[in-house]
Order: sequence, then structure tokens, then C-alpha cells
Amino acid sequence: MRVALFITCFNDTLFPSTGQAVVTLLERLGHEVVFPEEQTCCGQMHGNTGYLDLGQSLADRWERVFSDDVIVSPSASCVGYVREHVPSSRGRLFELTEFLVDHLGVTDVGASFPHRVTLHPTCHSLRLLHVGDRPQRLLAEVRGIDLVELPEADECCGFGGTFAIKNADTSMAMLGDKLRRVLDTRAEVCTAADNSCLMHIGGALRRQRAGVRTMHLAEILAATE
Amino acid sequence: MSRGFPVVARETLANAQLRRNLGKATATIRAKRLRAIGELPDWEALRDAGAAIKARAMATLPEQLERLETSVTAHGGVVHWARDGAEANAIVASVARSHGASEVVKVKSIATDEIGLNDALAAQGISAIETDLAELILQLSHDKTSHILVPAIHRNRLEIKALFERTITDRELSMDAADITEAAREHLRAKFLSVPMAVSGANFGVAETGTVAVVESEGNGRMCTTLPQVLVTVMGIEKVLPEWRDLEVFLQLLPRSSTAERMNPYTSLWTGVRPGDGPQEFHLVLLDGGRTQVLADEVGRQALHCIRCSACLNVCPVYSRVGGQAYESVYPGPIGAVLSPQLFGLDEHPTLPWASSLCGACYDACPVKIEIPSLLVHLRGRVIREEKSKLSPEALAMKAVAGVFGSRSRYERAQKLARLGRGPLAKAALPGWTAMRELPQPPRETFRDWWRHRGASAPGAGE
Repeated sequence: MRVALFITCFNDTLFPSTGQAVVTLLERLGHEVVFPEEQTCCGQMHGNTGYLDLGQSLADRWERVFSDDVIVSPSASCVGYVREHVPSSRGRLFELTEFLVDHLGVTDVGASFPHRVTLHPTCHSLRLLHVGDRPQRLLAEVRGIDLVELPEADECCGFGGTFAIKNADTSMAMLGDKLRRVLDTRAEVCTAADNSCLMHIGGALRRQRAGVRTMHLAEILAATE
Repeated sequence: MSRGFPVVARETLANAQLRRNLGKATATIRAKRLRAIGELPDWEALRDAGAAIKARAMATLPEQLERLETSVTAHGGVVHWARDGAEANAIVASVARSHGASEVVKVKSIATDEIGLNDALAAQGISAIETDLAELILQLSHDKTSHILVPAIHRNRLEIKALFERTITDRELSMDAADITEAAREHLRAKFLSVPMAVSGANFGVAETGTVAVVESEGNGRMCTTLPQVLVTVMGIEKVLPEWRDLEVFLQLLPRSSTAERMNPYTSLWTGVRPGDGPQEFHLVLLDGGRTQVLADEVGRQALHCIRCSACLNVCPVYSRVGGQAYESVYPGPIGAVLSPQLFGLDEHPTLPWASSLCGACYDACPVKIEIPSLLVHLRGRVIREEKSKLSPEALAMKAVAGVFGSRSRYERAQKLARLGRGPLAKAALPGWTAMRELPQPPRETFRDWWRHRGASAPGAGE
């Protein structure tokens, strides 16, 4: 299958290893990945911050760039924004775990990752896309993984895009509780299907020298022995 | 103007008592609510029905209100129309004066808090006595509400014991909750039996029958609506339900969502007056107070569907940390963040639409499916559009960044600058971030650089 990668500006610029992992993973499963190089940003940051017209014009640009039949993205929140603002994307744009589990019908992607891992399921994965337990089902099949449940996992980490800056104190109060729960699991790695939440969680873990890594789910699913 | 959510939240977040009480209470009620709604196989259908009834009531509001007026009048009640809080307060005061009442007892009511009724009555020499236990605590301590349902959630037992000893009892109280509440009971019972007039809000007003409903837990509301000779109800016009049978839906949705109970302890329903039984004079004050203006906003109007259950507060990760006072309004939490700016003006509450991470927990919990996250984004858009200056640093930065994203070449140039810590992508509001969090290490190359090199070296092969 020919799959167009919607990398998102955030991953393109700051987390290229996530995009590389998606390419590795999809090629390993026998699919052809293409990367429409005209892509920039879907407009989520502008739209959700209240700059509705700027957000919509970037969403319109997204629609012009992506004419592909099957589009996959490693970001639940960008997929949620595009689906809402580009109606023609519905049915052909998939978040990575949706694509693997629903569209390809695989949960065992042949990965190996012998580490203790906990999953932050992310608000937009759960409540915007309703991906349910797809991330857990994919992780459960990874060889050697020690997957530990994160208590009160479905509560927001406090990122919320520009919320993390406009309401930094409240954002940190939320993050503080999330960190405590992550550390309580004794996991080495905290993973999620969105790097935006992970940048927030990981930024504080690094500030605290906590010794816990954050890693996008795609990177675990791409890992082999 | 309000001080703004970020400023007040910074203070309330530092209140350890509030954080502990609120964290514990909201976690408990969250779990209980899930059990309570899990018992009903048709919960989602009930939510849909609730949303549909409210949508219909709002779409036919003038007709429903006139029906309500006709039915209440037919049953011996008097209906008053108040454009704003000042008019409503004047109506209540004039009823009290006509009966020579120097005191009135009150059922817990947010609508009367909204219009500042107690202060307005006090200015005319009439004291309004709050009879809901938590409202009484706030009134006696000159404090403000921090939760729709449990207004004094930020106070502890020792504080309340000391407060009652100072204000309403001569006894020395023990730390036993029953003993402390007994002091309130003694104080209130004397008032119920002697005060000639009561003031209530309304959870629902049924247009078809003229019936007004108040739903509560303590029974003090029932005392108010049955013992005094005169009863005045102040009801926001959005509380009207078209038909009697609509109550069937809401009396299931409300208690399970608010206190996680199958049924609340006291549901008082009254229709006009009945000779020789209960209040012999009933006034219904229909309050607009900005509501018709909210109705004019096609997106924002959904906020009027709210039934004040407070489920959105309890599930909100922002509210459960900052508490109600950070919202600087009688309507706190996620629903307050969409209701207060619309009712009291975007100018008055310009920061509230951003008081949310858009996590969506409020929408999932709302018994009438108000799309709070979408409303928040809509109101953010309105605040920005109606801002006097289009030249705020944020607006300029957002425009610049949108320009960068508008073209591939500008975007790729900006990515290169960002790696050097310069340019519009790197400069966007970083201080607020780095005060408490590390930034990610800038990668050696962007994804698109990697993709291009990969294509050039070995097509189809990974690096």
C-alpha cells in the first residue's frame, strides 16, 4: 500500500526520529511511504489558540498538499484538528495506531524493546479520536517489553498547546501530578502517541534529572533486536 | 475587570488546604459518578434526550416563557419579567417590603448570587439568610464560592467550628461533624419558623404546567419553599422546560451527574399556590440578565443548556487544582469559562476561554453534551477578533508564524534558523516554557533533511 506521511511541523522540526521510525515501521510491514514535501503545518496551534482564520487557512493549505488516498500521521492531536477542519480528510487520514490496528489489522508489528515502559494515552487520542486501547494492544505484542499501567492515565498532562505557556502555573500543577505517577511506575520510558505531550512531560523529567526517557510510540514499534 | 485567570490561579495553586480538599473531593466524586452512570444502560440516550430538549426549549424560548407565565398565573402565582439583575433585585425587594419583611430565608441559588441579591436587599435594610449549609458558611465568613455544588469545599472542619462559635451559637462545639451541623440547624430552624418570606432559585420551570422544581440534598430548601407565607423564585429564563414529561429525563441526568446519586434526597415541585397549604403568595421572577444575548451566538448558546450539575468541574484537571475562585465568577470550572464571558462580557473575563488545556473531559461528562472545548475555542476567537489592538505581541507573532507556514521555502528557512535558536519558530514565547521545563535538544537534521538524504543515497532503504 502507498502511504503518505503527514509528519506534522512539530515532529519534522524537533522530533525527526519519530518520522524515521514511522517510515521504518511501515516499510517493514511492506508498504511504500511517500512524503509530500510541500507540507508544513496543519493550523492546529493557530486554530486552538483562537486565531481561527489563520488556522483554517493552514488547514486549507493542508488539503491542497494532501491529495493522497491513505495518509498516516504520528500525532493524534493534529489528526483530530485536520479531521474537524478538512472534512475531505475523513476516511483517508489516520493516526498511526488507528492505521495499524484498524486499517492494516495488525497488532504484532515485529518489534522488540526490552525495557520497562509506561503509556500516557493522551487526551486527544482518547477523547477526540477515541483510539481506545489500540496503543496498549500494539505495545503488548512488543518482544521483551515490561508494560506497566500508569495510574489515572487518562488525565491531561497539562500541555494543551499554548496553554502550557499562557497558564504555565496551572500547566505545571497538572504536570507535577503526572510526573509523580510516571515515576511511581518505575518505568525507564514514558511513551505516547503524541510528541507534544511528551515534550512537556520529558522537558520536566529532564529538568528534574529524573532518569526517565520519553519516546514516541512509533519508535518503540520500530525497534528490533 | 477581573484580575485574570493566570494571576488568580497562581495564588490559589499555592493554597495547600484547597489543593488537598479539592483533589480528594473531586477524585471521590469522579469515581462515584462513573459508577452511578454505569448503572443506566440508556445513559447515552438520556444525554441525547437532555441535549435535544434543551435545544428545543432554547429554539422556542419566547413561546415557552409565555406558556410558563400563563400556567403560573392560572395557578395563582404572579410572574415578573426582569431584563437584568437590578430589575430582578428591585422586584424581590418590593415584595419583601410589601410584607414588612426585615429578613428573608434563601434556598441555595446561583442565579441570585449572580445578580448580587443579598447585597441589594441589605441596602434596603433586609437581611437574606442563606440556609444551605455551605452557603451559610460562606455568608458568615464573607467568603466566595469555590464549587457550584459544594461552595465551601476549600474550608476545613476546624475553621467551620470556629466560625459557628463566633457567629451563630453560644455553645462550645466539638470536632464532631454532627455537633457542628447541629449548631447550624438550631440557628436555621428558628429562622424557618419566624421569617415571613423565602427566596429560591429554580432548577427547572415547566411551561406546560407552571411547575417550578428545586433539587437539593439537605431539606433546608424544602423548609424554605413550604414554611414561609411568601415565596419568591428567581429563575434564569434558560431554565424553562417545555413539557412536564421532560422532567423525567432531567431528574435522572441531574442527580447522577452532580452528586452521583440515583435520586437526590429532596425534589420540591410546586405549582402556583394552594389555599391553606404552603406559601399563600408566589412570585416568579424571570431573569434575562444577558441570556438572550448569549442566545444570539449560534455556537456559544449551547452554554445555556447547562443544568448546573458540576460534573464538568469534578472531571476538570484545571478546576480540580485551581478551585472555583480562580474563575472570579459565580460560575466556575469549564462551564464557567464559557458562560461567564458570555453573560458578563468578554471584556470582563477575557482570560477565561484560555483557562483550559482542551483535554475534553468536560464534554464527556456533560449530561446535556455541551461541547465545552469547541465553545472555548470559539470564544478565544471572539476575544481575539474583538480585541481593540491587532498589534499585540502575540497577534503579531501568530501572524508571522502563519506566514512562515504558508510557504514551503519560508518554512524550511525558518527550520534552519530555529536550529540556531533564532527566527520566528524559535522565538515564540519560550520564557514561559523554560522557566519550568527543558526544551528538546535541537536535532542534527530535520525529518525532511533526513528524507532527502535518504532518497539521494539509497532509495527504499532505511538509514
